Amino acid sequence: MALNWFKFASPASFYPIAGRLIPAFWIITLVLLGLGLYWGFFETADRLGGSNAQKEYYRIIFIHVPAAWMSMWLYVVMVGWAAIGLVFNTRLSFMMANAVAPTGAIFTFLALWTGAFWGRPSWGTYWDWDPRLTSELVLFFLYIGYIALHSAIDDVRRADRAAALLAIVGLIMVPVIFWSINCPDPNQCAALHQRSDLTQIDGNILFAMLAMTFGFWTYSFATSFMRLRGIILQRESESVWVRDLLDTGDKA
Amino acid sequence: MLRLFWCILSRDLTLALRRGTDVLTSLLFFVIVVSLFPLGVGTEREVLQTLGPGVVWVAALLASMLALERLFAADHVDGTLEQMLLTDQPRALLVLAKITAHWLLTGLPLVLIAPLVGMQYHLSGAAVGVMMLTLLVGTPVLSLLGAIGAALTLGLRGGGILLALLILPLYIPVLVYGAGAIDVAATVSVADTGPYFELLGAFLLVALVFAPVAAAAALKISLE
Repeated sequence: MALNWFKFASPASFYPIAGRLIPAFWIITLVLLGLGLYWGFFETADRLGGSNAQKEYYRIIFIHVPAAWMSMWLYVVMVGWAAIGLVFNTRLSFMMANAVAPTGAIFTFLALWTGAFWGRPSWGTYWDWDPRLTSELVLFFLYIGYIALHSAIDDVRRADRAAALLAIVGLIMVPVIFWSINCPDPNQCAALHQRSDLTQIDGNILFAMLAMTFGFWTYSFATSFMRLRGIILQRESESVWVRDLLDTGDKA
Repeated sequence: MLRLFWCILSRDLTLALRRGTDVLTSLLFFVIVVSLFPLGVGTEREVLQTLGPGVVWVAALLASMLALERLFAADHVDGTLEQMLLTDQPRALLVLAKITAHWLLTGLPLVLIAPLVGMQYHLSGAAVGVMMLTLLVGTPVLSLLGAIGAALTLGLRGGGILLALLILPLYIPVLVYGAGAIDVAATVSVADTGPYFELLGAFLLVALVFAPVAAAAALKISLE
């Protein structure tokens, strides 16, 4: 069966599909987040670790880690769509990159914010210049830079392409920045974050964390598609199908 | 191709030197920012020696960034830039020539004035030498990366502030290793600064290859 992928690259044909997918993604999101939060609060141990135990507050992990993962993943997704847009010159790809950016920025902020609340009881400080904290902050600046550049340019075509180029340059810089903060001096690679290793995480905690992660992922789909529909309507407001849609009041 | 490079380079240098104040202002900005810090944080010798490397590099980032707006702006306003890009010459080379001129006018003066700043912060002779070397290797990276931002924000209102938002996060690696090398030279020994220079050199080479291409692509987007 040959699927014509380019059919969905047209805003007019993707608009109704996105509209039908949004409720599905919201339902999956609510189920997963409900499950993850329930499991994280009631089915996991109250204390973590040995002599220097983390008490109840370690449960921030169920928001913090999934948010940090999503913040990085969504940047990659955003750059992916931006690059596809630059290569194939498809309008919808740029709109998609545009729609993902605010969600990514929110997750980055959430990771930093929850990290501060976790850091206070466990490290005794809200903020430290730990490599991961600093690079997450830089990632936040990159999201803000993308959004700011896009909104500063009036011509949509130029805004799309300029912001896309910036996002790509940012993606190349992120690993460089991470390693430069991580190990400026080969003799002193001190970091507050422990080395993470998925196999060492307790099964119950990992289950709740993964449920939250997939919940955040479907949440990103739902919000991005909602934003995407708004962007499509705004940009295509001169086209016939949008005017027909608005005339009939069809909510498809 | 080399003739094109020289042609643009000498043109930009001539134009800038005929309006010498432009060159002097970014240099003076650097000197003033560096001089303000001791007044703010106190003039104890130890404090200044600790702060010195970082302050010098942050001031260098800001001075380089403030001058970036001029990189393409004048040529954009009078249409020269568009004419240049319309020729069948390689765009990246053209951009590289402009970046080189920009660095000679804003980066090199910082390197030359560094000893003066070193004295303000009571840095040892060896540390000042290392500081000049890091600035020599590091400031071209700033000009190269900055050119991408300058090309993207060409002709936008409020472009200056936006440029800072886009470009300063990308300057972090140069800041870390540039200031780090001076710090090591001041506190440990000059012999231990090798890895820092290797990394700064690596940044310079990578930026030299990719930044002009990216900046040329950004110019094309901005001028369409």
